[in-house]
Amino acid sequence: MKDVLTLQVNGDQVEVGVPTHYTLLETLRYVLGLTGSKQGCDKGDCGACTVLLDGEAHLSCIMPVYEALGHEITTVEGLADGPYPHPLQDAFDLTGAAQCGFCTPGILCSAHGLLAENRSPSRQEIQQALSGNLCRCTGYTKIFEAVEVAAESLRTGMDPRDIVAERYEVALPSRSMQPLSDLLKEPHA
Amino acid sequence: MRSEDLLPLQERTADRPETLSEIAGGGFRMIGGRNRGVDGFQKSTGKAIYTDDIVLPGMLHAKILRSTEPHARIQSIDASAALALEGVHDVITGRDIPTAYGIIPWTPDEHALAVEKVRFVGDAVACVAAVDEDTANAALDLIEVEYEALPYYLDPEKALTLEAAETPIHAPRKPGGNGNILKRVQLEFGPVDEKMSEADVVVEGEYYFHGTTHAPIEPHCAIARLNQDGLLVVWSATQVPHYLHREIARVLGLDVAKVRVVQPAVGGAFGGKSEPFDLEFCVALLALRTGRPVKILYTREEVFYSHRGRHPMKMKYRVGASENGRILAVDAETILDGGAYASFGLVTTYYSGQLLTAPYEIESYRFDSTRVYTNKAPCGPKRGHGSVQPRFAFEISLDKVAERLQMDPIEFRRGVFMGTGRTVNEFRVQSNGFLECLEAVEKASGWKEKYGKMPYGRGLGVAGSCYISGTNYPIYPNPMPQAAVQVQVERSGRVTVLHGASEIGQGSDSTMAYIACEELGVPLDYVRVFSADTDLVPVDLGAYSSRETIMVGNACLMACRRVGDLVGGSVAAEWEVEPSRVRLAGGWAFDVKDTERRMPIAAAFQLAEAEHGTLGAVGHYNTPKEGVHGDYRGGTIGASPAYSFTAHVADVEVDPDTGFVDVRTIWVAHDCGRALNPVLVEGQIEGSAYMGHAEAVLEEQEYMVGEHEGGLHNAPSLLDYRIPTSMDCPEFVPFIVESNDPEGPYGAKEAGEGPLHPSLPAIANAIYDAIGIRIDSLPFTPPRVWQAIRDAEAVKMAEEVA
Repeated sequence: MKDVLTLQVNGDQVEVGVPTHYTLLETLRYVLGLTGSKQGCDKGDCGACTVLLDGEAHLSCIMPVYEALGHEITTVEGLADGPYPHPLQDAFDLTGAAQCGFCTPGILCSAHGLLAENRSPSRQEIQQALSGNLCRCTGYTKIFEAVEVAAESLRTGMDPRDIVAERYEVALPSRSMQPLSDLLKEPHA
Repeated sequence: MRSEDLLPLQERTADRPETLSEIAGGGFRMIGGRNRGVDGFQKSTGKAIYTDDIVLPGMLHAKILRSTEPHARIQSIDASAALALEGVHDVITGRDIPTAYGIIPWTPDEHALAVEKVRFVGDAVACVAAVDEDTANAALDLIEVEYEALPYYLDPEKALTLEAAETPIHAPRKPGGNGNILKRVQLEFGPVDEKMSEADVVVEGEYYFHGTTHAPIEPHCAIARLNQDGLLVVWSATQVPHYLHREIARVLGLDVAKVRVVQPAVGGAFGGKSEPFDLEFCVALLALRTGRPVKILYTREEVFYSHRGRHPMKMKYRVGASENGRILAVDAETILDGGAYASFGLVTTYYSGQLLTAPYEIESYRFDSTRVYTNKAPCGPKRGHGSVQPRFAFEISLDKVAERLQMDPIEFRRGVFMGTGRTVNEFRVQSNGFLECLEAVEKASGWKEKYGKMPYGRGLGVAGSCYISGTNYPIYPNPMPQAAVQVQVERSGRVTVLHGASEIGQGSDSTMAYIACEELGVPLDYVRVFSADTDLVPVDLGAYSSRETIMVGNACLMACRRVGDLVGGSVAAEWEVEPSRVRLAGGWAFDVKDTERRMPIAAAFQLAEAEHGTLGAVGHYNTPKEGVHGDYRGGTIGASPAYSFTAHVADVEVDPDTGFVDVRTIWVAHDCGRALNPVLVEGQIEGSAYMGHAEAVLEEQEYMVGEHEGGLHNAPSLLDYRIPTSMDCPEFVPFIVESNDPEGPYGAKEAGEGPLHPSLPAIANAIYDAIGIRIDSLPFTPPRVWQAIRDAEAVKMAEEVA
């Protein structure tokens, strides 16, 4: 049996026909084709399915889709500001915080939830905010660093690239692998 | 198009011309830099496509029925009710796919679906394809399987008994043998008994490694589709597309040229996806039978049952040393608990002995390893295949020896450093940065001030290790290259690298791109990388045994240099200078003697294309065969083109009241040859130390015992199988040591597996420093540590009373 629901997803109002027993994750992945949110365990253990509801991190794999009604849902696909990557996304790439990348969408959402509340999180606050997201590749260190870089970028308006360059005391090959945003920002550079 | 037309756009990404003089005299432009990855933004924006993200029109979903018995004969399977269910398209059983397979060609003992027998709880029995997952699951409940229970063995020592041999898990391969034994390897190097008798100190111990699993966050997933022209396409979350390609064709009786295997982005593997699995054969057969695309996604429970994780090992070690600190003899006896199938077990059995003999000078060595079948999920290769367990036993043994000799454990290890040359089992080591590794962790940890001097409950421990950078021989013997790369160079300046390496998060796609940038002078965003699609890229054997950087990297270097020489030659001819004066770097071709003379790299490509026609090249790599290993039987197994080295110091705090071990810091120094990108190397070092630490204090692949639940996995979930959260990790402090091996691309060796090994013994040795108690069995969970402390107290009390 299916119901027709109206959801707010990544800024759009969408009408979807959903089997009544579907979770939010199933709705995002199977109905809307938003496959950025991942299924790692399907029981709320791993956090790969984490999305934002009204800016707060939630596990979409154990949330019946009905519970998301009336809330602003944001997935990893909705974090970027149009063509500009969110500083978190830029920082994850710069610091090597995404290895296999499977936990990354969920971690980005959890981190986004943290930074919305706190733009100067301590290492311990970051650890706590991400404690529901399992990463099997990195040992978390580079993820913590990425969140710190993004926080600094949000606080100061500095480019994450310059923050990373300063942090590691290296001249990053600054003109390599420019994100699209740079081209848009400095069309005549 | 005139070359200068490209300049304004090129300037965006090319180096500023005034900086070219900095690299005119040599040095790297790209290699060694903290560069971005080529797939970073794909992954951080949710655009990377993993297998389960693929949805094909008309796709069916399949589910596998799994055995509830640890060891039983299948009497009958009745799938009629399942087939009759609305929405079910097909049901297959072992009869439909009877060919046995196995990753090692000599030990094919698995079937995609059980034939006659099931051998562990979780063994695949039947597979249903239906319109959706819910229908497939409902159909599984309707399949009736009658089993005749057989005696089952969860303990390898029980499986070794004569009684167990009467009802073995597999038929013996030789008449009269015990079918429960997969392989026994006995090798001796030098006069062990004689040397042991000369030893001033002999340390004996029994060690136990408990068995752990990979637990990648992405569950295994596979999709197959039959194209109407007869091509079977299989997408799979695999780390060995080439072996999967071969095995699918062989098992299903297809022409290998008419099978295409595509590896989408993989969400972690760690060795857990390095052989063919039941789901891949099932989707392939169901796609052939139904004509519809078919997908299987494992549940998390199925990931635990598919396993192939680290073998539990019972290890007896005797180490003899002279009073001046030489290691005279090592004598090891190991039983490997293999689980129900062979997997890589033949190799694991060798590795449990062969990979132990560096970085130390060992004067004589003997090992006797036996891999035994048990009725549990099959064990296989996990990060640091076969050698993490013996390293645990050996490095603790070395600590005990140092103590008996009243030597500092780091000083002792320095004294037995082998340098380069030959190991006792005749492997050739051409670079060895282990001393620098030891020094880095000694200094950073404040070892000299702290070791043995911290208050009760706090301690430091050290351990070292060695690992292979790829195996010298492929899994199926053949004289062809182990790795190959094709490079295309296009007149816009774009370079495309087609390679077979499996990107599983370790960064092989980025690594190939860095090499292309370095050699062809293009900026990173001019490089496109396509990998692991058997229709598009040359054969590579896959992401296992830490082989990608050295092997695919060398192949990429060869291809790039071939085409780079053409480009450089054309530019040199244009400028009428020697080709050696032309360098391609940073988006330019320039004259190293006069950097004012330059052209954008695209213009250089165009010159070369005009001279030579369409630009492209292939490159390959095969391992050196002469003089790299001994010529005894088994001497090829464990041989590698180059070896990496690692040292750890762990700082732990033990709570004597609860037995809780808090690992506070792990300093890790790893000799990876040259670090092609330090960010990636650090990521591998930290990730390895993380995984080793978790195996030491948190994780355990456990099975229930008892009449009814025997063989059932104790904790097949990511909640109960305790992989560390962000709150559970120590601080990891990585150091990169660059010894630059002559065999590696720019000197590079592996970094993905080696840095895991010392975590466990370093923590064990630190616990001893903290509380003065040796715990030789893993894992160091609170109950075990608490009990060890109580036992030690009881012994002490008894001694006082006496």
